[in-house]
Amino acid sequence: MCSQKKNFTIGIELLRRMIKIRLTEETIAERYSEWKMRCPTHLCIGQEAVAAAVGLALRKDDFMMSTHRAHGHYLGKGGDLNKMLAEIYGKATGCSAGRGGSMHLIDKKVGFMGSTSIVGGTIPVGVGLGLSIKLREKDQVSCIFFGDAAIEEGVFYESVNFAVLKKLPVLFICENNLYSVYSPLKVRQPAGRKIYQMVQAMGCPSDQGDGNNAMEVYQKVSSAVAFIRKGEGPCFFEFLTYRWREHCGPNFDNNIGYRTEEEYLSWKDKDPICSLESHLLEQFPVSRKEIEEMQNSIHLEIKKAFEFAENSHFPQPQEATTNLYAGELT
Amino acid sequence: MMRCLTFVKAINEALVQAMEIDKSVICYGLGVDDPKGIFGTTLGLKEKFGEHRVFDMPTSENAMTGIAIGASLNGIRPVMSHQRLDFFLLAMDQLVNNAAKWHYMFGGQSFVPITIRLIIGRGWGQGPTHSQSLQAWFAHIPGLKVVMPTTPADAKGLLLSSIFDNNPVIYIEHRWLHNLEGDVPDGDFRIPLGKAKKLRNGNDISIVSMSYMTIEALHAVEILEKQGISCDLVDLCSLKPIDLAMVFGSVRKTGRLLALDTGPGTASIAGEVIARVSMECFGNLKQAPQRLAIPDFPTPTSPSLTKVFYKRAEDIVRVVGNMLRKNFQEGILGNLRNCSHDVPGAWFKGPF
Ligand SMILES: Cc1ncc(C[n+]2csc(CCOP(=O)(O)OP(=O)(O)O)c2C)c(N)n1
Ligand SMILES: [Mg+2]
Repeated sequence: MCSQKKNFTIGIELLRRMIKIRLTEETIAERYSEWKMRCPTHLCIGQEAVAAAVGLALRKDDFMMSTHRAHGHYLGKGGDLNKMLAEIYGKATGCSAGRGGSMHLIDKKVGFMGSTSIVGGTIPVGVGLGLSIKLREKDQVSCIFFGDAAIEEGVFYESVNFAVLKKLPVLFICENNLYSVYSPLKVRQPAGRKIYQMVQAMGCPSDQGDGNNAMEVYQKVSSAVAFIRKGEGPCFFEFLTYRWREHCGPNFDNNIGYRTEEEYLSWKDKDPICSLESHLLEQFPVSRKEIEEMQNSIHLEIKKAFEFAENSHFPQPQEATTNLYAGELT
Repeated sequence: MMRCLTFVKAINEALVQAMEIDKSVICYGLGVDDPKGIFGTTLGLKEKFGEHRVFDMPTSENAMTGIAIGASLNGIRPVMSHQRLDFFLLAMDQLVNNAAKWHYMFGGQSFVPITIRLIIGRGWGQGPTHSQSLQAWFAHIPGLKVVMPTTPADAKGLLLSSIFDNNPVIYIEHRWLHNLEGDVPDGDFRIPLGKAKKLRNGNDISIVSMSYMTIEALHAVEILEKQGISCDLVDLCSLKPIDLAMVFGSVRKTGRLLALDTGPGTASIAGEVIARVSMECFGNLKQAPQRLAIPDFPTPTSPSLTKVFYKRAEDIVRVVGNMLRKNFQEGILGNLRNCSHDVPGAWFKGPF
């Protein structure tokens, strides 16, 4: 395939994944006030490019670990939408059988090994998956997503150190969206220090990129994945991006004072989906109508997934006390 | 003078007063100076006392606990606040290996006057990692003090005492108490650590409880009263040191014990209460003590799975009924609550 054609295919697939993530998150936001999705829910609207591009750059059998803000990562990796929504609705058909909710997703069929809510908590677990890949002599990659706050936890440094020491096949992806809840970077990390440079100094090849440019993220991550697959050790990326809505929940909150409407609008101007759309329309033989058709079919898929989630049955209350230990007799 | 305050406001007032009384009191934690101010408990502190004494922190729970210890060794009284107990688990090393034993292992030369506020979540899908009730862990560690206030007045009085205590104190709040209203004395009002409170006097059974479970117990006691059963209700307030004298006194009077706990049953505070009562008041017991706690399982997220997971007033009524061999008629519970089981009241609109 010539590279122009290949870029087109990739661009369209990135757009499809991003639109799917965006529309899913927007529907969750719209319907959250029905009070049927009864769990803390962290939306990633505005940050879809990293999730889609990293997911696409990886193979299905590569591993992924994620955080409290995991919907995009899960869908980007090809996770089952029905099961994710059913999980958020607390249903028995959910990907974690209703035990985990939005913050604890899993879809092992596509290598999505789990997301959890404790900041930094999945970083060493992802490195452990990397260790297992090396021990089993496979060419998989273990990808770990985390936010800019996670690099403030000691476990981050301990994990990177071990991954570098043992040259483990680990892809560290830091989505720097400038905030941890309502706390801007400047009250948490020294001004002027670059996260990726610090990690570079730890001996881990590192780079920074525009997290709202899906093609750029895809290119950078793809070459890193090839490098990691060859057994060259871990890589680290810091992608700059921005969450549009409140930290947790469905609303906008630029009015409460921790950040400005102007800042939000300046990032909204860099909407990763609009940018990719214009890029594709300018560079490739695709029409707005075709993109709209794609949107419509995704809309339909999401509508059906919500129906699936709503129509699924709840787990029986007594089921809360099963599956404590592996191998238990049932 | 008494005023009616919420639990949140009572904590806020205690923090303000502690910082006014003693310039060495500082207050930090994730989000203490953000627009929400830890559910309102730390609002206004930075404006009053400045950014040197009130500040946000990196997401570095373990280091920031060690830093509190170090500062306290040189005369600072740090108050750390964590929006969930679960997040603080990263700091167990500094807490257990350093804070708890510093005074003892250096022969009493130094002391560690730090206060750590932890909030237990419940309902609205807080699930396995946002709702753990691990008070027993802390109470298990020699050298720590542990308190769990129930009423707004206790929240204020115990917080002031915790801050001015010369030892590490784990101060545990239950999220479902935050909106509770009650009379709170103004001024420098302190409640001594290690003292329980008798909330109801009765002769048929002793109910020993803590934190949010005490609210459920109050409802249960009222229902039981109408059925002719009078309960002695002890709210522990402090779990370490624990006021066993009041518990023993109560059991010696009633001859029956039901111990409640917000956490899982095995190795729980309720288990400790039963053990000590069995050791000290065996001859007074008319029957085996009972315990009501959550199952020894992680908390599930789905609202359908939390329905029977958590224990409520109706469960207390049932257990007491069984103990006293009473057959209650259907409907004695009346209309206990006007909202879904997974929220504390209509005021709670999710998500956190
Ligand atoms: C150990 C720990 N501390 C605090 C929290 C509370 N908390 C939940 S999400 C979050 C923000 C994390 O920010 P970041 O890593 O930048 O991810 P983002 O939310 O921006 O995607 C915090 C502090 C937590 N879950 N775990
Ligand atoms: Mg962030």
